[in-house]
Amino acid sequence: MYLQSGAEAVVSLKDGFIIKDRIPKRYRVAELDERIRKERTRAEARLMSDARRCGVPTPIIHDIYDFTIEMEYIDGKPVKYVIDERMCKLMGKLIGRLHSGGIIHGDLTTSNMLYSGDRIYLIDFGLAYVDGSVESRGVDIHVLFQTLESTHPDHEVLIKAFSRGYRITLDMADEVLDRVKEIEKRGRYA
Amino acid sequence: MTTVLGIEGTAWNLSAAIVDEDDVIAEVTETYRPKTGGIHPREAAQHHALYASDVIERLLREYQDKGYSPQNIDAIAFSQGPGLGACLRTVATSARALALLLDIPLVGVNHCIGHVEIGRWKTPAIDPVVLYVSGGNSQVLGHRAGKYRIFGETLDIGIGNALDKFARGAGLTHPGGPKVEEYARKATSYVKMPYVVKGMDFSFSGLSTAATDALKDNSLEDVCYSFQENAFAMLVEVTERALAHTGKSEVLLAGGVGANMRLREMLDVMCEDRGASFYVPEKRFMGDNGAMIAYTGLLMFDSGTTLPIESSHVDPSFRPDTVDVTWIADEQEVL
Repeated sequence: MYLQSGAEAVVSLKDGFIIKDRIPKRYRVAELDERIRKERTRAEARLMSDARRCGVPTPIIHDIYDFTIEMEYIDGKPVKYVIDERMCKLMGKLIGRLHSGGIIHGDLTTSNMLYSGDRIYLIDFGLAYVDGSVESRGVDIHVLFQTLESTHPDHEVLIKAFSRGYRITLDMADEVLDRVKEIEKRGRYA
Repeated sequence: MTTVLGIEGTAWNLSAAIVDEDDVIAEVTETYRPKTGGIHPREAAQHHALYASDVIERLLREYQDKGYSPQNIDAIAFSQGPGLGACLRTVATSARALALLLDIPLVGVNHCIGHVEIGRWKTPAIDPVVLYVSGGNSQVLGHRAGKYRIFGETLDIGIGNALDKFARGAGLTHPGGPKVEEYARKATSYVKMPYVVKGMDFSFSGLSTAATDALKDNSLEDVCYSFQENAFAMLVEVTERALAHTGKSEVLLAGGVGANMRLREMLDVMCEDRGASFYVPEKRFMGDNGAMIAYTGLLMFDSGTTLPIESSHVDPSFRPDTVDVTWIADEQEVL
């Protein structure tokens, strides 16, 4: 069963498992395209398992091929449809744990989180990597805040709730949140 | 019919135009060309100061020669930012003087939004994801809930700046972008280079450095080619993500780097594969131009936005997502 076609992968349901296929992009030179798809498939599978070990709910991996991951099916709703303050705080705690474990998600959007059984599952680790620096954590959160700002009208309240949760699970949270403000001012017009 | 005179001068191009709802009636441009190296902000501002009155004079003459009277002009628009501070101040001073002289309102225009609006005006695009790429700016924008939101942008330097920087290191003259494109066409093989997309954002400074290093072991042609392939793939990937995330079905290309044919080709292929429409305005409306400021000023003026002289200070880091888009009726929010 076909489920969804995102920007880079086709996700389908087969024999009770989610099949995530990274599709070739014709606009990229073949060598670069294969490299990106292979690297992201491998990194995604590894980091999903690592994240679960840090206490962040993720689907369990069943099998991996060159450009394909088979994983557990989570019956949930994308957080972007059900978002509220309480959920943002929970989200903050989750990302705090992920960052404490040295993992950067790389594509934190409310479409990449599934709400199921009062838990938030983090999915799509295609751009994730290992890094413990304030800068990388800051960029990770900057990306999320940008998504909140661009898709949710009450983003200020949501960002505050997120920050409250984030402070609970990451001891250097304030340093990261200060960096987020700095990143927002940077890279504009020098 | 509303008529607006607009002045652009955020960086190297000083350009003024008069437009109405139908078309550009008159436009005059004077470009600052550095003798060596890239743009020197002070020299660029001096250039604008030197030519400002001449450009306006020629513009008004052209306008009158076409049978119009300056009394038809309803407002003066100017690019309020983002841009080089000294250049912005020079242009703002001219705009204020004109507004006072003709006794008509002033309108402050965000330069990035100017690029978007002229593209929407001059192509069939209605509600596009916009890839805006120039020397200093690289952004993926789109309209949502009354603002032009930035879905993704550079974390360090603009793509044009990155191309120019690499080109200077390779001994090519300013502006480097077109020369890099030329060399890239003669390449024979691809060289592995960094590819940095962090969520919806991208970064070019590492790529620029890696490309300069790669010149030691590879031909200039191959490095130019590989630099372009990686940098543009990053931009196209984020543009595609924005399409997927917003559900929009149009892509509009804006900014000077939009002249690059390889970038256009990649965007076209991506849009074709997604079933989206791809729009590129004609060349005179892609780089910085006075018409885009005049036209955006017209939209703002018609929807009731003007700027009192006493609060018309410029903003070198003016964010497009801080402007209330009063001229577009809000679409149904589907979240």
